[in-house]
Amino acid sequence: MEKLYKFLKYTFIILWTVFIVAPFLWAVSTSFKDFQSVNSKVTYIPWLDFEPTLEGWRVLVKSPARGGVDIVEPYFNSIFVTCTASLISIILGTLAAYALSRFTFKAGFVRNNDITFFFISQRIMPPIVLSIPFFIFLSTIGLLDSLLGLVVVYIVLLMPIAVWIMVDFFNRVPKELDETALIDGCNPYQAFYKVVLPNSIPGLIVAGMFCIIFGWIDFFFAFILTFTEVQLLPVKVVALNSSITPWWSLSASALISVAPLIIVAFVVERYLSKGNLSGALK
Amino acid sequence: MNLIGENLTYKPDNQFHLNNVSFDFKKGNLYTILGRTLSGKTTFLKTIAGLLNPDSGNLSFEGKEFSKIPVWERNVAMVYQQFINYPHLNVYENVIFPLKQRKLSEDKIKTDVDEALKTVGLVGFENRKIQELSGGQQQRVALARSLAKKAKILLLDEPLVNLDYKLREQLREEFKKIFSKGLSSDAILIYSTTDPQEVMELNGEVIVLDEGKVLQKGPAKEIFENPRNLKVAEISNDPPMNILKGIKSSEKLIFENISINIPPHFKNLEDQNYNFGIRASEIKLDDQGEEFEIELAEISGSETLLHLKKGDSKVIALIEEVMNFKIHEKVKIKFNENKFYAFNKEGELISSPYGDLNG
Repeated sequence: MEKLYKFLKYTFIILWTVFIVAPFLWAVSTSFKDFQSVNSKVTYIPWLDFEPTLEGWRVLVKSPARGGVDIVEPYFNSIFVTCTASLISIILGTLAAYALSRFTFKAGFVRNNDITFFFISQRIMPPIVLSIPFFIFLSTIGLLDSLLGLVVVYIVLLMPIAVWIMVDFFNRVPKELDETALIDGCNPYQAFYKVVLPNSIPGLIVAGMFCIIFGWIDFFFAFILTFTEVQLLPVKVVALNSSITPWWSLSASALISVAPLIIVAFVVERYLSKGNLSGALK
Repeated sequence: MNLIGENLTYKPDNQFHLNNVSFDFKKGNLYTILGRTLSGKTTFLKTIAGLLNPDSGNLSFEGKEFSKIPVWERNVAMVYQQFINYPHLNVYENVIFPLKQRKLSEDKIKTDVDEALKTVGLVGFENRKIQELSGGQQQRVALARSLAKKAKILLLDEPLVNLDYKLREQLREEFKKIFSKGLSSDAILIYSTTDPQEVMELNGEVIVLDEGKVLQKGPAKEIFENPRNLKVAEISNDPPMNILKGIKSSEKLIFENISINIPPHFKNLEDQNYNFGIRASEIKLDDQGEEFEIELAEISGSETLLHLKKGDSKVIALIEEVMNFKIHEKVKIKFNENKFYAFNKEGELISSPYGDLNG
């Protein structure tokens, strides 16, 4: 019985791994093909099935003037916008979350939970609903088609995630920990950054990861709020697709698009299991 | 130059956490707050620490209005019933934290921390992480942090309640030693607990708290000998004092068809209805005694607690040996009549075996 269970378990794990990894391998393989190898017949293995070429990759770094599609600039634009917006969202979101977790707010019928819900409700609306207001807003303040404008919009989109995750996290940090810090001579600000914050690293990392993922993969707002001056990676990748679909350079650009997220996941993984608060409260 | 509270009241959500509490705590003394869970002990300590602001009343320390001073400038220390330490710091960094916060000189910090760690018996554990310590050790770290700080007011909120039985006994013994030698003459120590035995062992000034109200104040011995009313008698004894409704006539005490000779200290009582109180430890098994039915028998440590019933009266007897009883078995018990208390209908103490009611 136990053997059967083990067998089924590993079969499932292997199948699932294949399911996840196969598209990546397919993309890696495709990125080294040329028109001939993609369109003639199904090919899998370089050198055996087809002659590999670096053309799909070269196109990505060549300037448009020389027949390429330069994705280096959109790449760095995306990194800049995602990181800046995530960082600001995390800072503001963490402060807001701490306040919502520790202090009681009253304004008419509005209580802490309502404020938290207000933040989350920003994500409930379909993006299309937000697109026109955002467009008008950015054009009014003259930030349409600019990096700064995108950062502003992404903060609106990412901060609710940070607030949501961090409120939940802070609610699980015992209030007695803050109180002990106060008794030990910290003022409320010191209690926050000397005691609460160092113990919230796992929460910060999770929130940061979500912000980065959601910021990095956003296509819709990047598409609507930019034209020619500024382009972000997802828009540029999609724009590769013209009358003839260049599967090779699409594959290559898809691979370098997910690369940062994979790196982030590997770096972050070890922090996730480590952080527990068991020493604060039994 | 004392810690003085006057008519402190704290009543969030229409329920009294503190109800008109007044006290005058002198330096160099140990005060214990005895009360059941939710009686307002933690509120009491938090109010002194400054974590809560009472709705009304005054709190002053060393002649200064205390309520205007924020927590972080009050120079108090507190140990919680949960083991609260800074999980991101190791043992040494935990203990050093409040001292660093006060920007004391390096040398002074070092000696104070080493001394505190020695007092609580954690020398050699300096570089351990908090998560790697047992519950008892974690609580020692919290205590060391409070001691190293040399605060003028040291608050301990049920520090032993979350520990297992053995550790509790051991740490309680150590607390007694620490408090007797480690407490400087200009510090006030306030210790809250639900456990009457702890109160008796620590032997300080006791405040009995119930529903935010001070029921009785006085030395531990006084609380033990003359509990002012039924509530205090219940709170300050574990198991709670047995209360039996009965009548005193000219010759006998009568309850549940049991008649007992009138003890000498009851001689002057009027003949009427009373609530008679007797501690579980003053009831013995005796073949000549009265027959009761066993409802429950618990063995705790080297003692056996018998929950007994006769008619409408229930009593708990504490037998100082481990014995096996069957439920519904009949046993014969004898009351030590010399240790009877008498409370009137309102529940106030009328007569105590230790005499001297207003002492």
